[in-house]
Amino acid sequence: MEFEPKIVGFLCNWCSYAGADLAGVSRIQYPPNIRIVRVMCSGRIDPDFILETLIHGADGVLVMGCHPGDCHYIEGNLHAERKAKMLRNLIAETGLEPERMHLEWVSASEGARFAQLVKEFTDRITKLGPSPISGENPNKVILENLLAAKRTAGDFRLRVIVGRERELVEDKNAYGEKVPQEKLDELLSEAIKTEYTRNRIYNMLEKESLSVRELSKRLDLSTQDVLTNIVVMRKKGMLGVERIEGTTPIYMSLEVR
Amino acid sequence: MATPKKEIPRVGVFVCHCGINIGGVVKVSEVVEFAKTIPDVAYAEANLYTCSSEGISKIKEAIKKYNLNRVVVASCTPRTHEPLFRNACEEAGLNKYLFEMANIRDQCSWAHMHEPEKATTKAKDLVKMAVAKARLLEPQDEPEIDVTPSALVIGGGISGMTAALSMANQGFNVNIVEREPELGGMLAKLHMLCPNFEDASKALSSIVDAVKSNQKINVLTSSEVEDVKGFIGNFDVTVKKDDKPLKLNQGTIVVATGAENFEPINMYGYKSNENVLTQMQLEKLLKTGDLRKPDKVVMIQCVGAREEKGRQYCSRICCGVAIKNALIIKDLYPETELFIIFRDLQTYGQEYEACYTEAREKGVHFIKYTSSNPPEVSSNSEGKLTIKTYDAFLKEMVELESDLVVLSTPLIPQKDAEKLSKILKVPLGSDGFFFEAHVKLRPIDFATDGIFVCGSAHSPKDISESISQALGVASRAAIPMANKHVRADAITSIINEDLCSGCGTCVRICPYGAIQKNEIGIAQVTSVVCKGCGTCAASCPEKAITMRHFTDDQITAQALAALEG
Ligand SMILES: Cc1cc2nc3c(=O)[nH]c(=O)nc-3n(C[C@H](O)[C@H](O)[C@H](O)COP(=O)(O)OP(=O)(O)OC[C@H]3O[C@@H](n4cnc5c(N)ncnc54)[C@H](O)[C@@H]3O)c2cc1C
Repeated sequence: MEFEPKIVGFLCNWCSYAGADLAGVSRIQYPPNIRIVRVMCSGRIDPDFILETLIHGADGVLVMGCHPGDCHYIEGNLHAERKAKMLRNLIAETGLEPERMHLEWVSASEGARFAQLVKEFTDRITKLGPSPISGENPNKVILENLLAAKRTAGDFRLRVIVGRERELVEDKNAYGEKVPQEKLDELLSEAIKTEYTRNRIYNMLEKESLSVRELSKRLDLSTQDVLTNIVVMRKKGMLGVERIEGTTPIYMSLEVR
Repeated sequence: MATPKKEIPRVGVFVCHCGINIGGVVKVSEVVEFAKTIPDVAYAEANLYTCSSEGISKIKEAIKKYNLNRVVVASCTPRTHEPLFRNACEEAGLNKYLFEMANIRDQCSWAHMHEPEKATTKAKDLVKMAVAKARLLEPQDEPEIDVTPSALVIGGGISGMTAALSMANQGFNVNIVEREPELGGMLAKLHMLCPNFEDASKALSSIVDAVKSNQKINVLTSSEVEDVKGFIGNFDVTVKKDDKPLKLNQGTIVVATGAENFEPINMYGYKSNENVLTQMQLEKLLKTGDLRKPDKVVMIQCVGAREEKGRQYCSRICCGVAIKNALIIKDLYPETELFIIFRDLQTYGQEYEACYTEAREKGVHFIKYTSSNPPEVSSNSEGKLTIKTYDAFLKEMVELESDLVVLSTPLIPQKDAEKLSKILKVPLGSDGFFFEAHVKLRPIDFATDGIFVCGSAHSPKDISESISQALGVASRAAIPMANKHVRADAITSIINEDLCSGCGTCVRICPYGAIQKNEIGIAQVTSVVCKGCGTCAASCPEKAITMRHFTDDQITAQALAALEG
């Protein structure tokens, strides 16, 4: 049977959802694969929703909002854009194709543009093939990675950076200085990498208590990397030592909120 | 009230044929049968038109008969029909927020007309998704707020004065805040008005007198709005008058701050040659009677407007204004030769078109240029002006000599529009003018309740259009003031105080200033100010914010239902 991708769309009520309605009213035809979830503003779309949808095997997630400057809520769409940027970086770490998540702007009067974008996205996802974690034999590694990614997207520091990006770049901070965009991007990708690694370690130890050596083998990380993170994670109360085998500590995850 | 979470959901699903609009593509009976198999669906039926009075009574009957506590209608778009079905629920005693729609027409049958099988599968999925959300819906309240029966009008031009008079005549108190020492705005600078050649001073004085003598209107000149807090019904406004602060409590706010006229510095010899004027300067010469007889006058249209980059919009009024002033000069000095060099003429409506025809008949010359070939103005040592322009009808360059060049320049946003937009927390559009809630459906409202816009503050307009909007705004603002109270939106965010760490991210993110920290540093939402976008909830680092009616659980359940089976 031909591959029919499963695509979930998250659309804002005022522009893109209205654009989708207009495509229908104008009888513009597009592939029937997309299933649309309506939210009031694209700014409402928590990175969690997208990761959760991908974890459950969606082949593609299409996020749509108002064009910059047209947001019904002034700039919710810009928040959506920052979240998408963060997610692209994060998903790239997991081994899942980051292009499975895509953000576009559609206005209420752009029925034809909506249909065109859905068609293009559906074609792209069809070419890409089924999500590696869908179907009978999901790719366990990528699935585990995505679960770690989801925890990462919920990390306090990451959410602060993403939520306050504009403020940090455009307004002066408490010390009266602006953070240059490149600097902030660097900070963000650094935070993504670190938190992601820690969450992989955490998730792995949640299932089974392990030594540093074993962790580094299973996660394909250097022992140095694992060790540095374990030190920090212990300080944060995320990990503890379950037992000592000979001289080797065996670590376990601790309950955190 | 019943605690909804413990209540077992009993969802009723109503699938609409919409005549053949849905039924001609989607197999409705199959969708109904499928709906019956979804967990927690207690009842499902098909309707020819669910939105007909028959369909509505069937919903109400089924709610009672099958003891339904959630309703899903699978038909058209919630953007048009949700209010109708919500009312039906309410009339049957069900909280109207326990309703959800599946859009199987606009986003399904109409968009996949040649793939009935796939459209049917999609319709089933959309119903399943709507049920998944409906199961988790909770009843919501719309709190009632008192409205102070007094309005603030910012800007005392023709728009502001008209709105103020109309509201005062309806019995409401009005405060006009005008930055300048006098009322009048741009109208005070004009000579005669197109399209009917009325004397601008007369038009102005009659309305200024009416405003000043109205007991209900308080005029604050040389004043500016410093700060606005609060929300519809209860805006706490600080006005600075003669450098002293003045506090006002206002129920509604009208923005009527007008526009400025663009000064074409360094364009076509403006400023370097005193015979190059703007239409505004010409109005002044005509008003004071200082215009000496010219042999020739050349007017150039779209100066600094409809640019490829930058100021892209059309200022609407300039074609009418040029023709008006050309006709006035023709009247004064019949021998004067007049040329209007234009790109496209926007003499919309009967009256402006009639002025245009009259101008042609009286011998005003019209030359069309193209944006790629704009006219050039140069002057010789005696100050005589030469205009070289491409003539799109002759398809060749022409050269004119003239005593006077008049530049038609657009209305542009007030310099401090951005400052005011921040004080009021209402948006500006990409052109820098104040931006309405919806271009077609809510043209004079802001998205923020209780704040309205009229006149050239919104976009370039002539006086009759400004007056129409001002009257519209007066009646829009009168609604909550006459009702004395309003119902606030239920779709707002709430903070879980146990989870909030007081980081303040939401306070910074909220575009409406609806979130503030309380005495102990915990975020708090003023529900009546919240517009329900949900950006705070999606961004809260502690996930301490719940968005009513669009909760994390509801949205995720709806999305994941698309992936089952
Ligand atoms: C050259 C020219 C010729 C024109 N000729 C015609 C014509 O013949 N016929 C016609 O119909 N229209 C004509 N117009 C258009 C006409 O001027 C406008 O339609 C009209 O002035 C719009 O009225 P308004 O009250 O909206 O704005 P405005 O007239 O601009 O008034 C706005 C008022 O708000 C005040 N204000 C601004 N910001 C603040 C603030 N922050 N706080 C307090 N007060 C503030 C300003 O001081 C001003 O008094 C012409 C325009 C120009 C430029």
